[in-house]
Amino acid sequence: MMPTLNHFLILSAILFSIGTAGVFLRRNLITILLSIEIMLNAVNLTFVAVGRSIGSVDGQIIVFFVMCVAAAEAAVGLAIVIALFRHRESLSPDAFTSLKW
Amino acid sequence: MDLVLFYLFAAIAVGASIGVIGQRYPMYSVLLLIGSFIGLSGLYVLLDSPFTAVTQIIVYAGAIMVLFLFVVMLLNAPREEGPVIDPRRPAVFSTGPRRAGGLLGLAFLAEMIWALWRVQSSPIDADAEVAAHVSSVREIGIQLFTQHAFAFEVTSVLILVAMVGAVVLAKRNL
Repeated sequence: MMPTLNHFLILSAILFSIGTAGVFLRRNLITILLSIEIMLNAVNLTFVAVGRSIGSVDGQIIVFFVMCVAAAEAAVGLAIVIALFRHRESLSPDAFTSLKW
Repeated sequence: MDLVLFYLFAAIAVGASIGVIGQRYPMYSVLLLIGSFIGLSGLYVLLDSPFTAVTQIIVYAGAIMVLFLFVVMLLNAPREEGPVIDPRRPAVFSTGPRRAGGLLGLAFLAEMIWALWRVQSSPIDADAEVAAHVSSVREIGIQLFTQHAFAFEVTSVLILVAMVGAVVLAKRNL
Protein backbone atom coordinates (compact mmCIF):
# COMPACT_ATOMS: atom_id res chain seq x y z
CA MET A 1 0.00 0.00 0.00
CA MET A 2 1.54 3.26 -1.14
CA PRO A 3 0.82 6.62 0.52
CA THR A 4 -1.13 8.87 -1.83
CA LEU A 5 -0.36 12.44 -2.75
CA ASN A 6 -2.95 13.64 -0.26
CA HIS A 7 -1.09 11.99 2.61
CA PHE A 8 1.91 14.16 1.85
CA LEU A 9 -0.13 17.32 1.27
CA ILE A 10 -1.99 16.93 4.58
CA LEU A 11 1.27 16.26 6.43
CA SER A 12 2.67 19.38 4.82
CA ALA A 13 -0.37 21.40 5.93
CA ILE A 14 0.09 20.12 9.50
CA LEU A 15 3.77 21.08 9.52
CA PHE A 16 3.01 24.51 8.06
CA SER A 17 0.38 25.13 10.74
CA ILE A 18 2.84 24.11 13.45
CA GLY A 19 5.28 26.65 12.03
CA THR A 20 2.59 29.35 11.91
CA ALA A 21 1.55 28.64 15.49
CA GLY A 22 5.21 28.79 16.53
CA VAL A 23 5.65 32.25 15.03
CA PHE A 24 2.55 33.45 16.89
CA LEU A 25 3.07 31.70 20.21
CA ARG A 26 6.77 31.86 21.01
CA ARG A 27 8.35 34.87 22.64
CA ASN A 28 11.88 34.26 21.47
CA LEU A 29 13.45 35.53 18.25
CA ILE A 30 15.49 32.37 17.66
CA THR A 31 12.48 30.07 18.06
CA ILE A 32 10.53 32.32 15.67
CA LEU A 33 13.28 31.88 13.06
CA LEU A 34 13.16 28.12 13.68
CA SER A 35 9.39 28.16 13.09
CA ILE A 36 9.99 29.87 9.76
CA GLU A 37 12.36 27.03 8.88
CA ILE A 38 9.58 24.54 9.71
CA MET A 39 7.23 26.39 7.33
CA LEU A 40 9.86 26.39 4.56
CA ASN A 41 10.30 22.66 5.05
CA ALA A 42 6.57 22.04 4.83
CA VAL A 43 6.52 23.84 1.48
CA ASN A 44 9.55 21.84 0.33
CA LEU A 45 7.67 18.64 1.09
CA THR A 46 4.76 19.84 -1.04
CA PHE A 47 7.07 20.63 -3.95
CA VAL A 48 8.78 17.23 -3.84
CA ALA A 49 5.49 15.31 -3.45
CA VAL A 50 3.75 17.10 -6.32
CA GLY A 51 6.86 16.87 -8.49
CA ARG A 52 7.02 13.13 -7.83
CA SER A 53 3.36 12.65 -8.61
CA ILE A 54 3.61 14.38 -12.00
CA GLY A 55 6.91 12.61 -12.72
CA SER A 56 9.12 15.68 -12.99
CA VAL A 57 12.37 16.76 -11.31
CA ASP A 58 11.33 20.43 -11.27
CA GLY A 59 9.99 20.08 -7.73
CA GLN A 60 13.39 19.01 -6.46
CA ILE A 61 15.09 21.85 -8.31
CA ILE A 62 12.80 24.41 -6.66
CA VAL A 63 13.57 22.79 -3.30
CA PHE A 64 17.25 23.31 -4.06
CA PHE A 65 16.62 27.04 -4.56
CA VAL A 66 14.42 27.25 -1.47
CA MET A 67 17.26 25.76 0.57
CA CYS A 68 19.65 28.42 -0.78
CA VAL A 69 17.20 31.18 0.14
CA ALA A 70 16.71 29.59 3.57
CA ALA A 71 20.46 29.60 4.14
CA ALA A 72 20.70 33.27 3.18
CA GLU A 73 17.68 34.11 5.33
CA ALA A 74 19.11 32.28 8.34
CA ALA A 75 22.47 34.04 8.00
CA VAL A 76 20.97 37.53 7.74
CA GLY A 77 18.26 36.85 10.34
CA LEU A 78 20.75 35.56 12.90
CA ALA A 79 23.05 38.51 12.24
CA ILE A 80 20.12 40.84 12.97
CA VAL A 81 19.35 38.86 16.13
CA ILE A 82 22.95 39.26 17.29
CA ALA A 83 22.90 43.00 16.57
CA LEU A 84 19.59 43.43 18.44
CA PHE A 85 20.82 41.37 21.38
CA ARG A 86 23.84 43.67 21.71
CA HIS A 87 21.54 46.68 22.09
CA ARG A 88 18.92 45.26 24.45
CA GLU A 89 20.41 42.17 26.10
CA SER A 90 17.14 40.40 25.32
CA LEU A 91 15.70 38.04 22.73
CA SER A 92 12.06 38.85 23.40
CA PRO A 93 10.23 40.61 20.54
CA ASP A 94 8.63 42.85 23.16
CA ALA A 95 12.01 44.47 23.72
CA PHE A 96 12.17 45.69 20.13
CA THR A 97 8.94 47.61 19.73
CA SER A 98 10.60 50.96 19.09
CA LEU A 99 12.22 51.58 15.72
CA LYS A 100 14.79 54.05 17.08
CA TRP A 101 16.53 54.47 20.41
CA MET B 1 5.10 -1.26 4.02
CA ASP B 2 5.58 2.18 2.48
CA LEU B 3 2.54 3.42 4.32
CA VAL B 4 3.97 2.23 7.64
CA LEU B 5 7.23 4.03 6.89
CA PHE B 6 5.29 7.13 5.86
CA TYR B 7 3.44 7.23 9.17
CA LEU B 8 6.67 6.58 11.08
CA PHE B 9 8.56 9.44 9.41
CA ALA B 10 5.50 11.71 9.54
CA ALA B 11 5.20 11.06 13.29
CA ILE B 12 8.89 11.88 13.76
CA ALA B 13 8.57 15.11 11.75
CA VAL B 14 5.35 16.31 13.39
CA GLY B 15 6.37 15.27 16.90
CA ALA B 16 9.75 16.94 16.66
CA SER B 17 8.19 20.10 15.17
CA ILE B 18 5.67 20.31 18.00
CA GLY B 19 8.59 19.87 20.36
CA VAL B 20 10.38 22.78 18.69
CA ILE B 21 7.58 25.24 19.40
CA GLY B 22 6.78 23.70 22.79
CA GLN B 23 10.25 24.21 24.21
CA ARG B 24 11.25 27.18 26.33
CA TYR B 25 14.94 26.48 25.76
CA PRO B 26 16.18 27.45 22.26
CA MET B 27 18.96 24.88 22.57
CA TYR B 28 16.51 21.97 22.71
CA SER B 29 14.41 23.58 19.98
CA VAL B 30 17.33 23.55 17.57
CA LEU B 31 18.20 19.93 18.38
CA LEU B 32 14.56 18.84 17.95
CA LEU B 33 14.38 20.62 14.61
CA ILE B 34 17.27 18.45 13.43
CA GLY B 35 15.12 15.44 14.37
CA SER B 36 12.29 16.90 12.31
CA PHE B 37 14.65 17.27 9.34
CA ILE B 38 15.67 13.61 9.65
CA GLY B 39 11.99 12.60 9.47
CA LEU B 40 11.46 14.80 6.41
CA SER B 41 14.56 13.34 4.81
CA GLY B 42 13.07 9.86 5.19
CA LEU B 43 9.90 11.12 3.50
CA TYR B 44 11.96 12.41 0.58
CA VAL B 45 13.49 8.95 0.19
CA LEU B 46 9.94 7.51 0.11
CA LEU B 47 9.21 10.01 -2.69
CA ASP B 48 12.14 8.68 -4.76
CA SER B 49 14.12 11.89 -4.23
CA PRO B 50 17.45 10.78 -2.73
CA PHE B 51 19.21 13.96 -3.86
CA THR B 52 16.83 16.16 -1.90
CA ALA B 53 17.02 13.82 1.10
CA VAL B 54 20.82 14.05 1.21
CA THR B 55 20.78 17.81 0.64
CA GLN B 56 18.28 18.17 3.47
CA ILE B 57 20.67 16.47 5.87
CA ILE B 58 23.88 18.09 4.64
CA VAL B 59 22.65 21.64 4.06
CA TYR B 60 19.87 21.98 6.63
CA ALA B 61 20.95 19.77 9.50
CA GLY B 62 24.65 20.17 8.78
CA ALA B 63 25.03 23.84 7.95
CA ILE B 64 21.98 25.95 8.80
CA MET B 65 21.27 24.28 12.14
CA VAL B 66 24.94 24.57 13.14
CA LEU B 67 24.63 28.30 12.45
CA PHE B 68 21.58 28.43 14.74
CA LEU B 69 23.33 26.41 17.46
CA PHE B 70 26.34 28.69 17.18
CA VAL B 71 24.19 31.79 17.71
CA VAL B 72 22.24 30.20 20.60
CA MET B 73 25.50 29.38 22.36
CA LEU B 74 27.08 32.74 21.48
CA LEU B 75 24.20 34.78 22.90
CA ASN B 76 24.06 32.64 26.03
CA ALA B 77 20.32 33.19 26.43
CA PRO B 78 19.29 29.74 27.63
CA ARG B 79 15.70 30.47 28.60
CA GLU B 80 12.81 32.33 27.10
CA GLU B 81 11.90 35.37 29.17
CA GLY B 82 8.47 36.14 30.52
CA PRO B 83 6.47 39.07 29.19
CA VAL B 84 8.28 42.39 29.46
CA ILE B 85 6.34 44.70 31.76
CA ASP B 86 7.14 48.22 30.68
CA PRO B 87 4.41 50.89 30.61
CA ARG B 88 6.32 52.99 28.09
CA ARG B 89 6.55 50.15 25.60
CA PRO B 90 3.27 48.24 25.35
CA ALA B 91 3.87 44.54 24.81
CA VAL B 92 2.82 43.55 21.30
CA PHE B 93 3.12 39.87 22.13
CA SER B 94 0.87 39.91 25.18
CA THR B 95 -1.41 37.00 25.98
CA GLY B 96 -4.46 38.19 24.01
CA PRO B 97 -2.80 38.52 20.59
CA ARG B 98 -0.87 35.30 21.14
CA ARG B 99 -4.04 33.40 21.89
CA ALA B 100 -5.68 34.89 18.80
CA GLY B 101 -2.62 33.88 16.78
CA GLY B 102 -2.77 30.32 18.06
CA LEU B 103 -6.46 30.15 17.17
CA LEU B 104 -5.68 31.48 13.69
CA GLY B 105 -3.07 28.75 13.28
CA LEU B 106 -5.62 26.10 14.27
CA ALA B 107 -8.23 27.58 11.92
CA PHE B 108 -5.68 27.53 9.12
CA LEU B 109 -4.90 23.87 9.80
CA ALA B 110 -8.59 22.91 9.85
CA GLU B 111 -9.21 24.78 6.62
CA MET B 112 -6.26 23.20 4.82
CA ILE B 113 -7.18 19.68 5.89
CA TRP B 114 -10.83 20.23 4.98
CA ALA B 115 -9.83 21.49 1.53
CA LEU B 116 -7.36 18.67 0.92
CA TRP B 117 -9.82 16.05 2.13
CA ARG B 118 -12.21 16.96 -0.66
CA VAL B 119 -9.59 16.65 -3.40
CA GLN B 120 -9.59 13.35 -5.23
CA SER B 121 -6.70 11.38 -3.79
CA SER B 122 -4.37 10.32 -6.57
CA PRO B 123 -1.96 7.49 -5.79
CA ILE B 124 1.67 8.27 -6.46
CA ASP B 125 2.77 6.87 -9.78
CA ALA B 126 4.48 3.55 -9.06
CA ASP B 127 5.83 3.19 -12.60
CA ALA B 128 9.51 2.15 -12.33
CA GLU B 129 10.55 4.30 -15.29
CA VAL B 130 9.04 7.46 -13.80
CA ALA B 131 10.65 6.65 -10.44
CA ALA B 132 14.05 6.24 -12.09
CA HIS B 133 13.62 9.54 -13.95
CA VAL B 134 12.65 11.45 -10.81
CA SER B 135 15.34 9.95 -8.59
CA SER B 136 18.16 10.49 -11.09
CA VAL B 137 20.71 13.03 -9.84
CA ARG B 138 22.01 13.25 -13.41
CA GLU B 139 18.61 14.46 -14.59
CA ILE B 140 18.50 17.08 -11.84
CA GLY B 141 21.98 18.28 -12.77
CA ILE B 142 21.10 18.57 -16.46
CA GLN B 143 17.92 20.51 -15.69
CA LEU B 144 19.68 22.73 -13.16
CA PHE B 145 22.53 23.74 -15.44
CA THR B 146 20.54 24.14 -18.66
CA GLN B 147 16.99 25.24 -18.06
CA HIS B 148 17.58 26.86 -14.67
CA ALA B 149 21.16 28.07 -15.21
CA PHE B 150 20.25 31.75 -14.78
CA ALA B 151 18.42 31.13 -11.49
CA PHE B 152 21.39 29.08 -10.32
CA GLU B 153 23.78 31.98 -10.99
CA VAL B 154 21.44 34.45 -9.30
CA THR B 155 21.47 32.16 -6.26
CA SER B 156 25.23 32.55 -5.96
CA VAL B 157 24.84 36.34 -6.00
CA LEU B 158 22.12 36.04 -3.33
CA ILE B 159 24.39 33.97 -1.10
CA LEU B 160 27.22 36.48 -1.59
CA VAL B 161 24.95 39.41 -0.69
CA ALA B 162 23.66 37.54 2.36
CA MET B 163 27.20 36.80 3.48
CA VAL B 164 28.29 40.43 3.19
CA GLY B 165 25.06 41.56 4.85
CA ALA B 166 25.53 39.18 7.76
CA VAL B 167 29.08 40.39 8.36
CA VAL B 168 28.03 44.05 8.18
CA LEU B 169 25.06 43.56 10.52
CA ALA B 170 26.91 41.55 13.13
CA LYS B 171 30.01 43.71 13.16
CA ARG B 172 30.36 45.46 16.49
CA ASN B 173 31.40 48.93 15.40
CA LEU B 174 30.94 50.15 11.87
